[in-house]
Amino acid sequence: MEPLARIENELKKCVKCGTCRAHCPVFSVLGREPVTARGKIALARGILSGSVPIDSRTREDMSKCLLCGRCVEKCANKVPTDLIVLAAREVLARKRGLTPFSRVISLLLGNRSLLNGLSMLAKVASPFLFGRIPASSGLRLRFPFRFLGRRRIPALARRPFLGRHPEVMEGRPGRPRVLYFVGCITNYIYPEIGEAAVFLLKELGCTVIIPNDQQCCGFPAISGGDLDTFRSLAEKNLAALEKHPADYVMTACASCGGAFHRLYPHVLGERFPELSSRFQALAEKSVDAAVLLDRLGFEPACNGTAAGQRVFYHDPCHLRSRSVVREPRELLRSLPGLELVEAERSDTCCGLGGTFNYHHYGTSMGINAAKITAIGNSRADNVATGCPGCMLQIADGLSRGHGRVRVRHLLEMLADGMRGNP
Amino acid sequence: MLKPHIIKELRAIVGKEHVAVDMQDLVCYGYDATQMEFLPDAVAFPADASETSRIMTLANRERIPVFPRGAGSGFSGGSLPKGGGIVLVTTRMNRILRIDTENMVAVVEPGVVTGDLQDAVERLGLFYPPDPASLRFSTLGGNVAECAGGPRAVKYGVTKDFVLGLEVVLPGGEIIKTGGETFKGVVGYDLTKLLCGSEGTLGIITRIVLRLLPLPESRKTMLAIFDSIDGAASAVATIIRGRIIPVTLEFMDHSAIACVEGQFGLGMPDGARAVLLIELDGDRDLVERQAAAIGELVRPLGLIDFRAAEDSAEAEALWKARRLISPALKKVNPDKINEDIVVPRNRIPDIIRRIEEISGKYEIPIVNFGHAGDGNIHVNIMIDKSVPEQAEKAEKAVREVFGAALGMGGSMSGEHGVGLSKSPYVTMELTPGQIGAMKAIKKALDPNNILNPGKIFPE
Repeated sequence: MEPLARIENELKKCVKCGTCRAHCPVFSVLGREPVTARGKIALARGILSGSVPIDSRTREDMSKCLLCGRCVEKCANKVPTDLIVLAAREVLARKRGLTPFSRVISLLLGNRSLLNGLSMLAKVASPFLFGRIPASSGLRLRFPFRFLGRRRIPALARRPFLGRHPEVMEGRPGRPRVLYFVGCITNYIYPEIGEAAVFLLKELGCTVIIPNDQQCCGFPAISGGDLDTFRSLAEKNLAALEKHPADYVMTACASCGGAFHRLYPHVLGERFPELSSRFQALAEKSVDAAVLLDRLGFEPACNGTAAGQRVFYHDPCHLRSRSVVREPRELLRSLPGLELVEAERSDTCCGLGGTFNYHHYGTSMGINAAKITAIGNSRADNVATGCPGCMLQIADGLSRGHGRVRVRHLLEMLADGMRGNP
Repeated sequence: MLKPHIIKELRAIVGKEHVAVDMQDLVCYGYDATQMEFLPDAVAFPADASETSRIMTLANRERIPVFPRGAGSGFSGGSLPKGGGIVLVTTRMNRILRIDTENMVAVVEPGVVTGDLQDAVERLGLFYPPDPASLRFSTLGGNVAECAGGPRAVKYGVTKDFVLGLEVVLPGGEIIKTGGETFKGVVGYDLTKLLCGSEGTLGIITRIVLRLLPLPESRKTMLAIFDSIDGAASAVATIIRGRIIPVTLEFMDHSAIACVEGQFGLGMPDGARAVLLIELDGDRDLVERQAAAIGELVRPLGLIDFRAAEDSAEAEALWKARRLISPALKKVNPDKINEDIVVPRNRIPDIIRRIEEISGKYEIPIVNFGHAGDGNIHVNIMIDKSVPEQAEKAEKAVREVFGAALGMGGSMSGEHGVGLSKSPYVTMELTPGQIGAMKAIKKALDPNNILNPGKIFPE
């Protein structure tokens, strides 16, 4: 009970006005009250008071949250429902054990060499294991495994990103020293994002430091209620990132950044006072790639390659909730010839929600469908975003009927723009 | 607890997946914005009038109370299942059936969210004015049952002024239609108006015919800051006497200004004792002319500052202080008793002064804001329920505030309804004769008292 008991005051701040009903993406699809923020808070209070049983149904209800943070943004009292849901999941995990899926996730995330080994194995075996879908979708391959269901996800990278570059690449004197925190999806699935990040930072004269012993940010672990793995990963990341003096810790994954900004200080910092100041320092130093490039004065080459491109920018929830909405758009607009479409639903959730997509694939794609329709209506030929997780989800959705639309990370488009060649 | 055979029958009516009996569901369908909580025995989600009717027939036969519920965002406990029974949720009935642009009516099911209907009709150049603060999540069924108001009421009226007809399931299960799709119609009693604001005690609304208006061409927002509440109140009277009916006339008294300034420091000028937020709508030229006229009309009334927004971004900036009241309130004290008294609009200064005295007498902060154009004041009595004597004091303060409003020819509730939270006070406003007539109607339609029992009338 401790994880919930310590935030009991936050639970009391909910006045059950119902505003969250207008903003919860999961509620928009499922339409049942236990899904809403005020419903989850009522259940959390029930768990604490003993009136709501700690059973599989409660676990199911608590799993129906994307942790997108929309309800927190819209709440008049700013009740931190994301933190409340995480605390409830932790209580459930303690009382009932982790779900089998979360156990696998935690095992893998807690052990990078195991994850590396598995990705090698998957890569070697992929021609035999995976069915092909049209290459133009940007997804290339599809998992046929039962546990992945109808999901279409891209092939793993031939070689993970971490280890490709020297740990420290010195830049011009007087320019910022930037630690690059890569994140799992970039490392194993979209290393091209990492390459774009390194290219851009070097062009801007920065010293680029990619600590080789960095780990998963831990978001998937705490999302399943596994505090121990989350804490252990966070501590390893602190150590890896503190080893090199630097001006910034840059993330190009909205969720990794979200972990540094919100979860490390609030889930861990408040629990483990001995680590609190270090988490605080990391949160202050941590910056999303778009904000950093904007601050450093990104300028594209004038013979841009973006001419004629219509781009739909998707706001990842974990950037929008930190008010990172202006910079990505301005960077995109700076690319000569690029047309940024201001479309409806650019700021709604893609429906991934990390482990949510695994537990509730149908709902996840139901949320996604509205986004895909909006992208289709916008007649964009590219979707740009700042989160590789969102990229996976949007690519999956687009592969069913909008295969010509490409999903790319903002950094890839900016790197192309700076290179100035097609 | 419902007997297993009743659950079975319910499931047979609406389908297994549309009956919920798990504790998790009971908890989540037992609260509303009053924060009172009661556990129902089951929650049912009918798909249409026919299923609703069969549920009522079953409930009537078995004498099981049924509590209709939309979004559960009410402020008076109108949807709460006090004493247990079946919560009947209307949100699956959420289709906009028809928008008739020629006759300017919309036919909707009760679970449609008010703001969604507004978006849909505005895309066709039409307008559904009622705008309760909850419009992005509250449902039209709930709006009709509670007769929701909103800031625009000063010019356009409240929900009942837009309801032309209804389809209703009566407590015994019979499905009837009231009114129709025409503006006129005087055959028989006006059951439509009777059902508006009946708080779910007389029937369950399953279809609503709403009157629409042409969407005004433009809108203009102004903010006027006064050195006294009397200045603001005479501004309201002066504007209306000047033959201008703004779409919105919202006010904040000095308690609300102090509350927002204290929390957010928006830089209100010194000496600001009342703020009026004025919105005009209509033809572009007319709106500009009226805005200029208002600037002149209010100038001699102790005006400290006057701003007119040139675009929607500026308008939003002017609304900022008003929108920040709710978050700011929470910092004053953790618990809010939110009343919504009405007085004739020229009595606003008198009632504000009276409320100040009451606030001082019981040493409880009271923050006032609301709809100056129609005299509807949101009286927020801020307490800390964990302090034992505060709840008691608040009770007494509420009673005195109601007494004051009634003494000035007003009412204890303009928008929220009686429900559970105001039923102990209802005899302050209604005479035994009135209550007797109302109870006779209730008894005629619901002889077994199974539809939303325990609401409105004191027990």
